[in-house]
Amino acid sequence: MLELLWVIPLTPFLSFLFLAIGGEQLSKPAISWMGVGSVGVSAMLTALIAGEFLNGTMQAYPMQLGNWFTIEHWSVPFGFYLDALSMTMLIVVTGVGFLIHLYSAEFMALDSGYARFFAYMNLFVAGMLVLVLADNLLLLYFGWEGVGLGSYLLISFWYQDPVNGNAARKAFVMTRIGDTALLVGLFVLFSHLHSLDIQTLMAQITSRWEAGGPLPVATATLLLCGALGKSAQLPLQSWLPDAMAGPTPVSALIHAATMVTAGVYLIARTHSLFILAPSVQSLVAIIGAMTLLMAGCSALTQTDIKRILAYSTISQLGYMFLALGVGAWSAAIFHLLNHAFFKALLFLAAGVVIECFHHEHNIFKMGGLRKIMPIAFWSFLIGCTALSGLPFSSGYESKHRILLAAFQASPYLWAAGCVGALITGIYSFRMVFLIFFGELGPVAEKPPGWRMRLPLIMLSALALFGGMLQIPLDSVFPALVAQQASRSFNSVAVITAIAPFIGLLIASQFYLTGSLSVQNFANNGWIKPIRNFWFSGWGMDKFYDYLVVRPFKTFCKLNRNDVVDGLNTAIVLLCFGGHLLGSTLQTGRIRWYAASMMLGVVTIIAIGWST
Amino acid sequence: MNGILIEQSLLLSIALFVLGVTGVLVRRNLIMILMSLEIMLNATGLAFIAAGSRWGQADGQIMFLLILTLAAAEVGIGLGLTLQIYRRFHSLDTDSINKMQG
Repeated sequence: MLELLWVIPLTPFLSFLFLAIGGEQLSKPAISWMGVGSVGVSAMLTALIAGEFLNGTMQAYPMQLGNWFTIEHWSVPFGFYLDALSMTMLIVVTGVGFLIHLYSAEFMALDSGYARFFAYMNLFVAGMLVLVLADNLLLLYFGWEGVGLGSYLLISFWYQDPVNGNAARKAFVMTRIGDTALLVGLFVLFSHLHSLDIQTLMAQITSRWEAGGPLPVATATLLLCGALGKSAQLPLQSWLPDAMAGPTPVSALIHAATMVTAGVYLIARTHSLFILAPSVQSLVAIIGAMTLLMAGCSALTQTDIKRILAYSTISQLGYMFLALGVGAWSAAIFHLLNHAFFKALLFLAAGVVIECFHHEHNIFKMGGLRKIMPIAFWSFLIGCTALSGLPFSSGYESKHRILLAAFQASPYLWAAGCVGALITGIYSFRMVFLIFFGELGPVAEKPPGWRMRLPLIMLSALALFGGMLQIPLDSVFPALVAQQASRSFNSVAVITAIAPFIGLLIASQFYLTGSLSVQNFANNGWIKPIRNFWFSGWGMDKFYDYLVVRPFKTFCKLNRNDVVDGLNTAIVLLCFGGHLLGSTLQTGRIRWYAASMMLGVVTIIAIGWST
Repeated sequence: MNGILIEQSLLLSIALFVLGVTGVLVRRNLIMILMSLEIMLNATGLAFIAAGSRWGQADGQIMFLLILTLAAAEVGIGLGLTLQIYRRFHSLDTDSINKMQG
């Protein structure tokens, strides 16, 4: 089965080509068969390959498909590499991807751009699969840019509204900043080690570069910058909340489950490099901890359900970075897997909720949905349980492991993670209480069909029990230092487990029982400015506006008449002046012409005479 | 033919030529301009004849025959154009039919 690996990215890509070229002529059922079926084929193949791979020796399986291009003696192969890490990513991308495609087949049914939507989605899935399967960094970068393109196209899917176009451009440009750093990192790696093959590179780095030297630190920083942009971490995180302008399934697939985790995947894939640069690795942990706190605080104040989920995604990605930073590689990937399940579930359930309330995004205008829409209620509740990491859910397993590993690295990181877990508990159950409890407003009585229900049920099951299908990643990552079971460690574990419960309790006091008034609290003298600050995403948009956008615009205004273009304009003006002069000589008077001819002849004769 | 004669005939030819040029430059009537052109051509013809007889060569006379043919052709075309111009503009004043200007 393993030799069919190359088919997995190929089918979505072929489907993209087909839908992009001839999709408009097809009927809607045909389009959905094509778009969903292609990812379904990939998912089925992945399941078969995973069965063979996980039951076997879990030996890494390289696959050469041919040459991509050759420059002199250096050739870039078009090769895939399957190990436990890429297997995990494959399962996420095709499995969750397929469920989301199935959901979109019904969710987008009334949209006029049906074929366009599935073409873009398939292109994205193909790009993501190339990214996770690539055996060299250049092919990985190709997939990396491919998913960036897919993200751009899908955020601006409803392109008639300029707001969506702006959000797409913001996402594209901001991730491009990180991508440029990543590309420079590839250049540095290649110029020193003359290879881009990941396995060769990692082996050479470990054997030839010394730990903490300038080279590993520089390269790791550059790769980290790429990961920061793609995974929406501090300071490049402000594009993700705006990216929610796209359709809800897009947010579920790209901006929760797959693309934003590419940065985590990149760091995990090149972990040998980060181990050699301990300073950068601790930077990863600090950035993760800061991001998870900042994004969590912003999520507390948002009112738009999709923006809350977006900030919560940033926050959960922060947990993954924290785990990467403290060397808990497999915990990070484990959380990535679980996060893909429960966050996709939350977004899909949010899609149902939003449709139910006539496209209302504000959670304060919702309420009481529990009684009439049990499927949305239960799936959202399960999603929130896993998101806040309550026991007996998949999120608990991974988050707990991350926090324990963080405690071993530094108690401060652990404290930040615990506060983050508490905040996660508050904002998760704030959503649950506001949307599903209380008074029921006017709702659309249209129950979701089976194509929307099935993904919700499947993802609910995965969000609950995903913790059990843990893929052993020991063959890829070095083991974490053994945990010492001291007494303080036990109390740490207990506090870690309790933190989300406290959040749940606080949320219930505010939003369920009403024993604490939100209005009084939020409008309190010193809380209001903080709330507004958090609501604006810690002023990052304003910061970038003043730092980059405005100076750039001012410069553009100054240079509106294009200084460099002056030379060309001068040439044009000169020609035009000459033309005016010449045309005044054309008087149309024949005697003038004759006279000038005579003058010329006389002049020539005079010159000849005098010499 | 002696040297004095050639000198005189060349002077005559120069005088005729200058006369023709002046005519072309100062007259405004198209027919007058054409006539002045004929005078210029004949002035050059005279110069050729004089030079041919000075050196006893037949070339000068052959050149004059060529100039004669040229003048006939030129006058034919020139008068034809004049006729067309008169039909179109009802005038032969070159200054008033200066339509081709920049």
